[in-house]
Amino acid sequence: MISPTLVFGWGNPSRGDDALGPLFVEHFIALAARHPEWGAIDCLTDFQLQVEHALDLQGRRRVLFVDASLDAAPPYTLARIEAARDTSFTTHAMSPQAVLKVFADIDDGEPPPCWLLAIRAERFELGEPLSAAAKDNLAAALEAAADWIAATD
Amino acid sequence: MTFELETARHPEKLRRVAIDPVSRVEGHGKVTILLDDDNKVHQVRLHIVEFRGFEKFIQGRPYWEVPVMVQRLCGICPVSHHLAASKALDMILGVKQLTSTAEKMRRLMHAGQILQSHALHFFHLSSPDLLFGFGSDPASRNIVGVVAAHPEVAKKGVLLRKYGQEVIRMTAGKRVHGTGSIPGGVNKSLAAEERAELLKDIYQMVAWSREAVGIIRGLFEQNLAEYNAFGRFRSAGMCLVRADGAMDLYHGGLRARDIEGKTLFDHFDYGRYWDVIAEDVKPWSYMKFPYFKALGTEDGSYRVGPLSRVTMCDSIPTPLADKERETFLAFDGGSAAGATLGYHWARMIEMLHAAESIKDLLHDDDITGTELMATGERQERGVGVIEAPRGTLIHHYRVDENDQVIRANLIVSTTHNNQAMNTAVREVARQYLDGVEVTEGLLNHIEIAIRAFDPCLSCATHALGQMPLEVAIVGADGTVIDAATRDHRGLTREVV
Repeated sequence: MISPTLVFGWGNPSRGDDALGPLFVEHFIALAARHPEWGAIDCLTDFQLQVEHALDLQGRRRVLFVDASLDAAPPYTLARIEAARDTSFTTHAMSPQAVLKVFADIDDGEPPPCWLLAIRAERFELGEPLSAAAKDNLAAALEAAADWIAATD
Repeated sequence: MTFELETARHPEKLRRVAIDPVSRVEGHGKVTILLDDDNKVHQVRLHIVEFRGFEKFIQGRPYWEVPVMVQRLCGICPVSHHLAASKALDMILGVKQLTSTAEKMRRLMHAGQILQSHALHFFHLSSPDLLFGFGSDPASRNIVGVVAAHPEVAKKGVLLRKYGQEVIRMTAGKRVHGTGSIPGGVNKSLAAEERAELLKDIYQMVAWSREAVGIIRGLFEQNLAEYNAFGRFRSAGMCLVRADGAMDLYHGGLRARDIEGKTLFDHFDYGRYWDVIAEDVKPWSYMKFPYFKALGTEDGSYRVGPLSRVTMCDSIPTPLADKERETFLAFDGGSAAGATLGYHWARMIEMLHAAESIKDLLHDDDITGTELMATGERQERGVGVIEAPRGTLIHHYRVDENDQVIRANLIVSTTHNNQAMNTAVREVARQYLDGVEVTEGLLNHIEIAIRAFDPCLSCATHALGQMPLEVAIVGADGTVIDAATRDHRGLTREVV
């Protein structure tokens, strides 16, 4: 059974702040368990976004992508995203906009409404823990996600 | 392989062209080309920033954690590290023979990995190059262009990739960070419903894999002269083979052949790989250069991966792939088997072999068995080798009496191919960049040569805003003449 809401975080849990995406999902699952009124939510993680993740969007009503970002203003940015053609289509790590474009191309339809929650990150070294700033940003991002659930319901 | 363009005699008098990093190749790489005032190529080097933290990350950990944690070394081929580490730790536990169920589950997982990795590479990373031509507009040479021109090709690529991921999920227990393979065996077999689910689509996957071989064969037929000549060079090679000489991507002995095709060693016990392989260090590169000890640092360079495996095995133990192998080797008098772009054809033959192997394993009742673990006499040192999608992968560990890893050494496929990729880039530069204007289209040829090897560079780090392509032209006096950046948002030209 596909849930109408998908929360998808990605990153490498062992590379410092790159863990923000999967860590967010881990915390969000605990948060959602305390909010049954949010309804059924599927939560997924992966190392990187790739073409097959377009198939995870099928049958959704709303999708929240979550990633670590060096570009986002701290503590996070949250923005609606649209399908876009970019050069990440031919890399091992695609942008969420490019995944939406793959969905549109192979599914002959518009992707569901999608947002990108980009959490400000600082360090990406293998074996390093989450930075102090990233921990604070993660907490703020979780609050933003709760607001997003309410605002997009 | 050729070395004449590796080091210029008077580099201070030359103009530098840098591509940093190489786009559409995972991680960070940089190509530098030194040209003289007449645009003649004098020196070409591919610099790969090899990650040096593997050993530190693993050392000090209890050995049973290793097969899971090494997946975090690489977001591109975590299953390869998972299985290579498991094999090394089988040896630490003194397990010489896995149970039939355990070995077949691991083989199934590995075949799923080969299928999904090769599908991604061919359909989404390389097909834009191949389907639109090397000199075409970079803006159209991406998967969107492929979708527009060949919608069914792109869709099949996505679904093949997804199927391989499902095989991994069902054998590893999880979609990512799987735990299925453990030292001494596996922790699960295939449930009846999982088997039924995978059986539903496997015949379609075999059919699509056959079509993919047909696509690349057709491309070679249509572009014979260009494909055969592109980045072509002669090379020694290495791969695992089964006891009867057949292809075996999961287990076997090492086979090596020199540039003339003469066998250097065969069925060599990989548990003592250091007797036949050493690693050279060059001052201009962070990445080591492995070589066959018997031939020395220059003559002993070799390549690994699909092209070596398909051309060096005596047969492929699944019928459709073996027939395609025979066609590949016979094509145009064997020309494709020596071409750098032959990697793509060989890769698709392996994808077909992986699909056929999955089909055969799903029909084998051992895959649902209950004997999952074997035991043996504890050892101090273990070596695990598999043929990962990109080539031979070596994991080597020493574990102390407290069960802690005290030494770890990994030689990944891209390191084995370091010299071969440098040679391919040099050949392409010699063919396409000598005496002509340096354009983005021509620089694409260099990327295409590197991409044929499907290198996985510094793994698994990514964040929004990273992975740009930077091109800089620097004069002999060190002045930047021109610079441009291309990232996922497009091309930004910097006026200098």
